[in-house]
Amino acid sequence: MPGLGGRMSTVIKSKISRMLDRAEDPSETLDYGYQKQVEMLQNVKKGIADVVTAKKRLQMQSSKLEQSVVKLDTQARQALSQGREDLARMALERKTLAQTELQSLDSQIKELEGQQEQLTTNEQKLRQKIEQFRTKKEVIKAQYSAAEAQVRIGEAASGVGEEMADLGLAMQRAEDKTETMRARASAVEELEAAGTFDDITQLGGGQDDIERELQELTSGAEVDDELEKMKAELGTGSGADAPALEEGEGTQKEGSA
Amino acid sequence: MIVRISGEGQFRLPDEDADRLNELDNRAVSAVEQGDETGFYELWSQMLELVARDGNVLDADELVESDVILPPRDIAFQEAQGEFTGNGLIPD
Repeated sequence: MPGLGGRMSTVIKSKISRMLDRAEDPSETLDYGYQKQVEMLQNVKKGIADVVTAKKRLQMQSSKLEQSVVKLDTQARQALSQGREDLARMALERKTLAQTELQSLDSQIKELEGQQEQLTTNEQKLRQKIEQFRTKKEVIKAQYSAAEAQVRIGEAASGVGEEMADLGLAMQRAEDKTETMRARASAVEELEAAGTFDDITQLGGGQDDIERELQELTSGAEVDDELEKMKAELGTGSGADAPALEEGEGTQKEGSA
Repeated sequence: MIVRISGEGQFRLPDEDADRLNELDNRAVSAVEQGDETGFYELWSQMLELVARDGNVLDADELVESDVILPPRDIAFQEAQGEFTGNGLIPD
């Protein structure tokens, strides 16, 4: 290309040319392959639907986790006001873990939303380009000699082909991400199934295992801090019967109960 | 020159920008090779800025191939390690 002295090193372009090579002659595809175009646009729609499904699944998990966080927080407070620091700690450990999962779910949901938007925009853009091509082709045919027209139509077709290939890449990328998030969603579901986010009244026989895992998973310091904060909050209220509560360090908030 | 940002669309840039873009690209490659994530993102945002500042979005009825195709804006460093390599995009 004129003016480019050095050498650009990104390889995306070669990826796109490879995709174009794999397709039949793009001008032919665009010219006669209406069926092909419809097929491709349907694929894009399916890709978008996959993204939406993955997003819905994550959103469901997210709202479940939100409920768990609220419930576990309440239970920790109740346990602490009854002097059961052990139970309070357990509830807080679960809450911390649920919050961490929640944060990562939420950022993934945002990412998927962006992807869905981008695919939708690009699909519309491609549709528009294909229509442009149809019109342009007729104009070119009318204006130029057959040989010249062939060259120009070929050029225009490469332009549309590039658009198609780029959308293809975006689809692949979206699929990869959706796949990762599906795996992530399954992992969270496994934790859920193991009772990791259950509230502490639901603890059954597997309690010891779960508790041990929780202690490994959650940061002890974080739980300690929160426990202290909760003690301080409750300490200002009617916590007279709570045994050996340490004084909160100066930052006493008004207790809620 | 025509530049595409993958997933976004095409832009027309003055030919003088090719050298600057190429220089940034080469530096991005060495940042990637050295595993310098911060350095890479700094250069990557400069590349995107250049396109945003000097580039005009191509009209929908312009059906042309790009001279340069840049990866998606939100490229992850791990992806960059695949995209920004020593293999030339534009043959000498």
